[in-house]
Amino acid sequence: MILVLIEHDRGSLAPASLEALTAARTFGDAVEALTIGDTADGLAADLEAYGVTVVHQAHDDVLGDYGPEAWGEVVAQAVRALSPAVVLATGTDRGNEVLAQAAARLDLPFAANAIELRGSADADTLDMTRVRWGGSLLEDASLTAPTKLVTVAHHAVDAAPADTPGAATPSLLAVEIDPSLARTVVSGRVEREAGVTLATAPVVVGGGRGVGSADGFAPLQELADELGGVVGCSRAVTNNGWRNHTDQVGQTGTRIAPDVYFACGISGAIQHWVGAMASKHIIAINTDQQANMVTKAGHAVIGDLHEVVPAITAEIRRRKSA
Amino acid sequence: MRICVCVKRVPAPGSKINITADGQQVDTTNLGFTTSPHEECAVEAAAQLVEEHGGEATVLTLGPAEAEEQLRYAISVGMHRGVLLATADGEWDPQRTARALTTAITELEAVDGPFDLILFGNESADAGGFQVGIRVAHALGRPMVNGAKGLSVADGAASVEREADAGRETYSLPLPAVVGVKEGVNLPRYPTMRGRLASKKAEVASNQPSADAGGLAEQVLKSPPERTSQTIVLGTGPDAAPAVVDVLEELGVLS
Repeated sequence: MILVLIEHDRGSLAPASLEALTAARTFGDAVEALTIGDTADGLAADLEAYGVTVVHQAHDDVLGDYGPEAWGEVVAQAVRALSPAVVLATGTDRGNEVLAQAAARLDLPFAANAIELRGSADADTLDMTRVRWGGSLLEDASLTAPTKLVTVAHHAVDAAPADTPGAATPSLLAVEIDPSLARTVVSGRVEREAGVTLATAPVVVGGGRGVGSADGFAPLQELADELGGVVGCSRAVTNNGWRNHTDQVGQTGTRIAPDVYFACGISGAIQHWVGAMASKHIIAINTDQQANMVTKAGHAVIGDLHEVVPAITAEIRRRKSA
Repeated sequence: MRICVCVKRVPAPGSKINITADGQQVDTTNLGFTTSPHEECAVEAAAQLVEEHGGEATVLTLGPAEAEEQLRYAISVGMHRGVLLATADGEWDPQRTARALTTAITELEAVDGPFDLILFGNESADAGGFQVGIRVAHALGRPMVNGAKGLSVADGAASVEREADAGRETYSLPLPAVVGVKEGVNLPRYPTMRGRLASKKAEVASNQPSADAGGLAEQVLKSPPERTSQTIVLGTGPDAAPAVVDVLEELGVLS
């Protein structure tokens, strides 16, 4: 049996979890799901379409909101009670954190961010390909354990419903959670302001070292505003103090997946590329035709971004008013 | 307060990562080395906390003998001493690494007293295992939150902020605690001349760790399929603007 951890936030499903459910079905074994906290009980119905046979539901006072230790403890107890061959989650911040917590508690190995799983779930060893360097390098690895704990890299699998829906029958999982684990439960939060974010924007206008200064980003912002998008930047920009780190696209910043990514004055080092490579279309603007970002882009303009970007904005405005 | 920061020496790649012929490691012939970026920020966080609250900070690494370079760099930006767990047999798996770090931290604490805070990076830049800090925290029985984009200490608790889909979350961890830090929590300082001199003289202890291997084994490294696109050059300079907007219209993003 494959057990999939369903990530949710106070009862609203994290769509990323559907990727792990989709990957779980490739084994051909029964796919069961685990939801944590009673706020998630309503999710069972959403999981039918993804072929889930049973939804194990864990309830406890400590599970009212997310907490890495309490969630990891629930997964560990689920493994002991249900003996799944494989536990999958999607490799989000929470997915990786919870399976690592569970692995620590079970003293089992854990593999983060697999993009391909090979062989039978019940074999002693599970072979896989997983990402290193944020995806710019791959590693064939083997995981040997009675229960294999694995996350599937986010965006590595396209979520798709099953050919045959499952019953998604709710089943209460008896858990005993030490109240002291409340020490790492979310104690407060400031809701995000409405509007597009770097991770969800349909258009991102990114600037690199070539922008030259903090003020140099003003034309990029204008272009982004014109297209309903947001501004991003490379690590060099953040290190120079021109933009806040929240705008950084890259391995240690935000992974973006816009319809269009304008890469302005960005050379395209690995650190940046792995954060931008999920973009559907890339338009590079660079003085150097040999720049890594230019060779990876679908379209490019060779020239000084300080001249090219305002010209694009002006042309968009001209057509909009025509 | 007493802080321990765990860091990892990693290659500093540019625009392409090459692999050795046997597929066992990254070809570092023409590469420099650095501290994994999240951990650079963990070092800076420790330096700031010690400046604010007093105390001292230890930097700990497990890796090849050359990782002493990363320890001395950390000392040059505010750490007080370094401990190297020198391995000679390549990359250790996450369980083995965590076991060795746990043993080393336990030994350090037996001599000089407990650390109030142990800091890790969110994940290493190269292996990206997302687990060593969490395993160490569990072995020591301490609270642990990863992904910290904000960190402060007051009244015997570490206050951690982190980004989530819904907003910015806060956590309050009773000390002693373990926190995994993400880049963006601060902007690491550069070493001063005085710091560099101090780092040359500072004490760096070196031990040979031993720990049982875990169940995750790396078999071979490979490069992902290259994304070579037939780049269409739309033009040169501002004259290319109409062609760019034509593309935007085709893609349906002009609405």
